[in-house]
Amino acid sequence: MNETIYQLRGITKSYGNGFALRLDELDIRRGEILALVGPSGAGKSTLLRLLNFLESPNSGSIRFMGAEVRPGGAMPLELRRRVTTVFQRPVLLNRSVAANVRYGLDLRGRGEGDRVKSALETVGLADLSHQRARTLSGGEAQRVALARALVLEPDVLLLDEPTANLDPYNVGLIEGIARQLNQEHGATLVLVTHNVFQAKRLAHRVGLMLEGRLVELAEAEAFFESPADPRTAAFVRGEMVY
Amino acid sequence: MPALVVWIGIDHCGDSLPSRRFCFVQERATIETIWNGLKEAIRLIVSQDPALFEILLLSLRVSGTALLFSTLIGVPLGAVMGLSRFIGRRFLIALLYTGMGFPPVVVGLFVYLMLSRNGPLGQLDWSIIPNLFTPAAMVVAQCIISFPLVAGFTMAAVMGVDPALRQQVQAMGATRWQTTVAILSEARVGVIVSVIAGFGSIISEVGAVMMVGGNIEHRTRMLTTAIVLETGKGNFDLALAIGVILLAISFITNVAMLYLQGKGFDE
Repeated sequence: MNETIYQLRGITKSYGNGFALRLDELDIRRGEILALVGPSGAGKSTLLRLLNFLESPNSGSIRFMGAEVRPGGAMPLELRRRVTTVFQRPVLLNRSVAANVRYGLDLRGRGEGDRVKSALETVGLADLSHQRARTLSGGEAQRVALARALVLEPDVLLLDEPTANLDPYNVGLIEGIARQLNQEHGATLVLVTHNVFQAKRLAHRVGLMLEGRLVELAEAEAFFESPADPRTAAFVRGEMVY
Repeated sequence: MPALVVWIGIDHCGDSLPSRRFCFVQERATIETIWNGLKEAIRLIVSQDPALFEILLLSLRVSGTALLFSTLIGVPLGAVMGLSRFIGRRFLIALLYTGMGFPPVVVGLFVYLMLSRNGPLGQLDWSIIPNLFTPAAMVVAQCIISFPLVAGFTMAAVMGVDPALRQQVQAMGATRWQTTVAILSEARVGVIVSVIAGFGSIISEVGAVMMVGGNIEHRTRMLTTAIVLETGKGNFDLALAIGVILLAISFITNVAMLYLQGKGFDE
C-alpha cells in the first residue's frame, strides 16, 4: 500500500476572492482509505473535484497514474474514467434504477448487464431495478449512486459525505460496501466526512482540513490518539465549533 | 353573405325590440355558418378535395421544413446558451427573447425586403438564395419566426436541469458531448415543448407567408392564407372548414408529441 497513486504539489484553487484550497503537498497511496475531516468550507469537496479531474487547479500539479494535470489542463479520458465520485446529494437520471446504474457503462460503450445486476444486489436494490429512480427515498437514491460507481470498478472512489442525513441502516450498509471495495478489490478510497467516528471506523489515514489547508495528516490511530496539532486535538474532542 | 350581416349585427345590438330581433337573426346565421363550416370540413376531408389537399400538403411541407431547420439550429443553440457562460451571453439572451416575440408580419417585411430583386440578398442572384413568392421564401420566413422560440424554450429547459447533474455525469466519465446529451435528455420535456411551440407559431402564422409567398394558387397558397382569401370572398363555410382542418393538425401534432414523449409528462 506504499505505492503513490496521487501526487499533489503546490495546489491552489480559488473561486473569485480568496482561496478555496491551498495544498502544499499531498500523496495518496494506492489501496488506502484516506478520510478528510473538517468543517464546512474547509476545501474538502474542492479537493475531491480536483481529484476527480472535474476542475483543474489554479496553480500546482496533480500526478495520477503517470499522467500530470497542470492549470488549465485536462486528464486523459481513459485515466479520468479510473476515478468516480459518490456525492452527498445524488442526482439521478430520470430513468429506471437499472438504467442509472448502467449509465456509466453506456458512456464507455460497455453493455454488461450482469454487472448492473450484481451491483444492484450488492446495494440491496435488485428488486427495484425497474422502478423510476426519482421515486426512491434518500437512502435508496444514495445506494443507487453507490451502485453506479461500483459497476465501473474504479481504481479510485471518492466519497463526498456519502452518508450525511442517512439512517443508521443505510450508513452501515454503505460503510460496509466501501470497506469491501477497498479490501477485496484494492480500490483507493478518499472519504470526505464531518463524522470523526466514521473516519475512525473506515480510514487508514486521516487528514484535517481548515480554511483550505491540510492542517494534519496522519495514520488513523495517531490522528485520534496523539494528534500533533492542537486544532486536530480540538476537532477530535469535538471542541471545534463549526 | 350571412357573416357580413353578423358583423353589422354586433354593432347594432341594443335594447330596443327591433335591435334584439335583428341580433337573434344574426346569431342564428352565425350558428348556421359554423355548422355549415363543420359539415363542409368533413365533406372536404371525406371527398379528399384535391384543392384542399394541395394547400394542406404545401402547408405541412413548408412549416415542416421550417421546423426541421429551426430545430437543427435552435436546439443546439439553446443548449449552448443554457450550458455555457461567455461574454455577451446576456446580450444574446436578450436578442433571443426579442426574437421570441417577433411579429410575423415584420419578419415577412424583413424577408421580403431582403429577397426582393433590389434587396441585399435578392440582387446577389445566387441559386442558394430563394426567390420571393416561392415555398422556399416562406420556409425562410417561418424559420426566422420559429427558431428563437425553439432556442429560447430549449435554453430555459436546459437551465432548469439540476446543475449538480452535470458534475455527477462528468464524474462518471462522460465527455463534454456525452454530458450535453445527458442534460438534453433530462430536459427532453422542455425541448419537446420548444418544438411544439415552434410548430404552433408557424403553422398558424399568416402575415409572413402572405407577404413573401403572395398566396398564389397552386404555388404558395397555405391553409392560413386560404382562410384569409376565402373570408375576403365571403366563402365563410370554406374558410371555417380550412380553419377546422388547421386546428385538427395542431391537435394531432400535439397529441403525437405527447405520445412520443411517453412517461416524461406523467411526472
